Amino acid sequence: MKKIINTIYLFMVYAFLYIPIIVLIVNSFNVSKFGQKWKGVTFKWYGELLDNDSLIQAAIHSLTIALISATCAALLGSLMAIALYRYRFKSKNFIKGLLFVVMMSPDITMAISLLAIFTLISIELGFFTLLIAHITFCLPFVVITVLARLSGFDIRMLEAAKDLGAKEWTILSKIIMPLAKTAIMSGWLLSFTLSLDDVIISSFVTGPSYEILPLKIYSMVRVGISPEINALATVMLVFSLLLVVISKWLVREKIR
Amino acid sequence: MKSTLIISQSKPQDPVVRIKGLSKNFDGKTIINHLDLDIYHSEFLTILGPSGCGKTTVLRTIAGLEIADEGSIILDGEDVTSVSAENRQVNTVFQSYALFPHMHVFDNVAFGLRMQGVSKEEIKTRVDEVLTMVQLSDFSYRFPHQLSGGQQQRVAIARAVVNKPKVLLLDESLSALDYKLRKQMQIELKRLQRKLGITFIFVTHDQEEALSMSDRIIVMRDGIIEQAGDPKSIYEEPKNLFVAKFIGEINIFDAKVLTRLDDLHILANVEGKKDVVFCPLEKNIQINDAIKVLLRPEDIRLEELKNSQDSNEIIGYVRERNYKGMTLDSVVQLENGKTIMVSEFFNEDDPDVDHSLNQKVAITWVNNWEVVLKDED
Amino acid sequence: MKTKCFNIEKLIIGIVLGWLICFIFIPNLMIVITSFLTKDDANIISLVFTLDNYLKLLDPMYVKVLWHSFYMAAFATLFCLIIGYPFAYIIARMQIKFRFFMLFLVIVPFWTNSLIRTYGLKSVLGTHGLLNKFLLALSIIDKPLHIMYSEYAVMIGLVYILLPFMILPLFSSIEKLDNCYLEAAKDLGASRWQIFRRIVLPLTIPGIIGGCLLVLLPALGMFYVADLLGGAKNLLIGNVIKTQILNMRDWPFGSATSITLTLVMAFLLYIYWKISQKIHKKVEMEI
Repeated sequence: MKKIINTIYLFMVYAFLYIPIIVLIVNSFNVSKFGQKWKGVTFKWYGELLDNDSLIQAAIHSLTIALISATCAALLGSLMAIALYRYRFKSKNFIKGLLFVVMMSPDITMAISLLAIFTLISIELGFFTLLIAHITFCLPFVVITVLARLSGFDIRMLEAAKDLGAKEWTILSKIIMPLAKTAIMSGWLLSFTLSLDDVIISSFVTGPSYEILPLKIYSMVRVGISPEINALATVMLVFSLLLVVISKWLVREKIR
Repeated sequence: MKSTLIISQSKPQDPVVRIKGLSKNFDGKTIINHLDLDIYHSEFLTILGPSGCGKTTVLRTIAGLEIADEGSIILDGEDVTSVSAENRQVNTVFQSYALFPHMHVFDNVAFGLRMQGVSKEEIKTRVDEVLTMVQLSDFSYRFPHQLSGGQQQRVAIARAVVNKPKVLLLDESLSALDYKLRKQMQIELKRLQRKLGITFIFVTHDQEEALSMSDRIIVMRDGIIEQAGDPKSIYEEPKNLFVAKFIGEINIFDAKVLTRLDDLHILANVEGKKDVVFCPLEKNIQINDAIKVLLRPEDIRLEELKNSQDSNEIIGYVRERNYKGMTLDSVVQLENGKTIMVSEFFNEDDPDVDHSLNQKVAITWVNNWEVVLKDED
Repeated sequence: MKTKCFNIEKLIIGIVLGWLICFIFIPNLMIVITSFLTKDDANIISLVFTLDNYLKLLDPMYVKVLWHSFYMAAFATLFCLIIGYPFAYIIARMQIKFRFFMLFLVIVPFWTNSLIRTYGLKSVLGTHGLLNKFLLALSIIDKPLHIMYSEYAVMIGLVYILLPFMILPLFSSIEKLDNCYLEAAKDLGASRWQIFRRIVLPLTIPGIIGGCLLVLLPALGMFYVADLLGGAKNLLIGNVIKTQILNMRDWPFGSATSITLTLVMAFLLYIYWKISQKIHKKVEMEI
């Protein structure tokens, strides 16, 4: 009895989370432009999507930023985590504090602060400002994930390595990095998700030279209903799922 | 909610817990196999066995934390087989104590009483009383993490006992304590049980603990009861090899029955030498049967031989000797390679008993202390 | 050997520190400073110290907007808690092999951009949308509900986007709950409800507070949800800041509003810290 209620409840919550997305996906095949009634299957919206160069461009930009910033954040964040874990230095608390500020700041606060500095140094808003912004807000999440993993290390293992003559670089590259791999990869995945999903910060720090998805969609939605967006949503979802499946498959191969 | 009225539905000589045909499976694996057990009022019963034998599961089934697949459990005359834990008048002391970390000692102990709806004044009286009994009355408002392991244990006991359960269940409660504390707690638990007069069912894998604390021991293996009895009979008269090996050290001699001498003795070829062996008729041994002759290390007597001497007794060589203060423990190797353990006490007749390594010895034992079992192979 | 050690260490720390100072410390400092400056049409800001920006926030018009924003975010947080707690509880008690898959399913929607999802929600909530069609079909209502462009739409939108941020900390906290406490309570006679009230709830408070913070703070800033679903009458603080900075280029005022938001956040975090200290004293568990 309890099991049935539990299952129904889970189902309802998942339904809540997925129905709007399912509506998008379904409507991407719907002949009717307004998506209010089902009028038949069509692929024409996908066709219009492919024709809509600027939208595709924006989507590719978003994906590119997500991939690059996730990778950079994963690297930089891992370095930070290692520094915090292994080294003693005066500014440790300062760094921890700053990372905390980033994590706790509402996106909007971060957004305007970044815009402020970019304006100050007169850098043109575009790819690089966007990249820097995304890396910055992903950092704390990577640091926390990797740091948690490092804290679980047996310190004696590292001492043993030193005892056997390993230099710092060797310890980092041959012991710490491999063992922290899963944490680094979860950090990457998390960063990728956050980057792809971001609307607020991206709205502030990018410019017309590098259009990304949120702003493009915003302008399209303002004007009216745009069924190509449904098609786009479906494509993005499928692509991301494929990415996860591939990465899981790659991990499995490595375990073998 | 548990009822506060404790109306005993059984007569004093009836068992307080009667388990019949109890079976429990997990994931297709049989943990308890058609178990029958009677547990009596005011006894200290220990369920003893190796990991995985099902002893904890039996305990949890009595507690109501697991529901049996088959069989019945009658608690004080009432069938509680399908009654859930919160409605059974049985309380458990958990292995990890499971003290509620966010409540202080008083609230922890009072918890069960609060669940029953007992009045505030009565709660205060009873909790104070039981905390005094476990010598923790000064700790009422401390939190669990501020207590030592031994103190936490006593709180766990107090929390269970204050509810006046019909049976108190203890699941390996002493295993987390260090040696000295453990010994101390064993004595305290025994004393507590005598004072309260409640049945204690204690689960452990430590046979020494079982022997020292229990009125009765149940030895379990793979979901069935191998032997039940008081500590003395379990130790001195094991019914099978498993029980013999599990409790204390045991030496197993291979032998073959030659003839029956009288109702109590037979003549057997023990490890190559003819010997008189204590073997009552009830054992149902036939001539030419392969048997095992069991002896505890303290039952064996060694007689030093010169290297040229021979003997009618089994011959062996001392390979290790350990001075243990009270005893001299030796490992003796028989001519066929088998090793046995011998424990000799220092006494006024023989204050200087000692053996040198590789000393040749004749192995005998105290008459009638041996136990014969049929060879199970 | 030692110099190489030294170099790599220094290098890493240098990069880390450099990045953080450039892109976090200095920018935030700039905003703090700007909030006390005056707007200048020519140069964006002029270095004239003033408290006007903060005083402007005390204007009833802004107070109303800020309060309404807080109210919507708070309710969204509450709903996230009510929906998310049972969900996290059920999943935390599932078999391990299922648990992470279930959580994974919660995260997958994030791989369509939040904006797209909000857009999808728009069509569901509309007068001719799925929700109304569903409720009409079941005769729960006889006229379509006008949810769009109301504060309810914004709340639903916020819950929709932020629910996973409530579920994850809750899950983590509930998962850590040792089963032996629940069994001990059961053994002592507690009913399911009593176990929940007296054991589960108190011991999962860190997760509850963590989840509430992770939802409430972002909720205040999510201007796009308000834009798409709420219309002009249902603004979040985020909208105010966005308008000020991007449209009106009033950096000082925008900064002041942002700092105010930060102060609210700091205040809530302070309360969280104080409560967790109190619990920490009692329980000595990891928060």
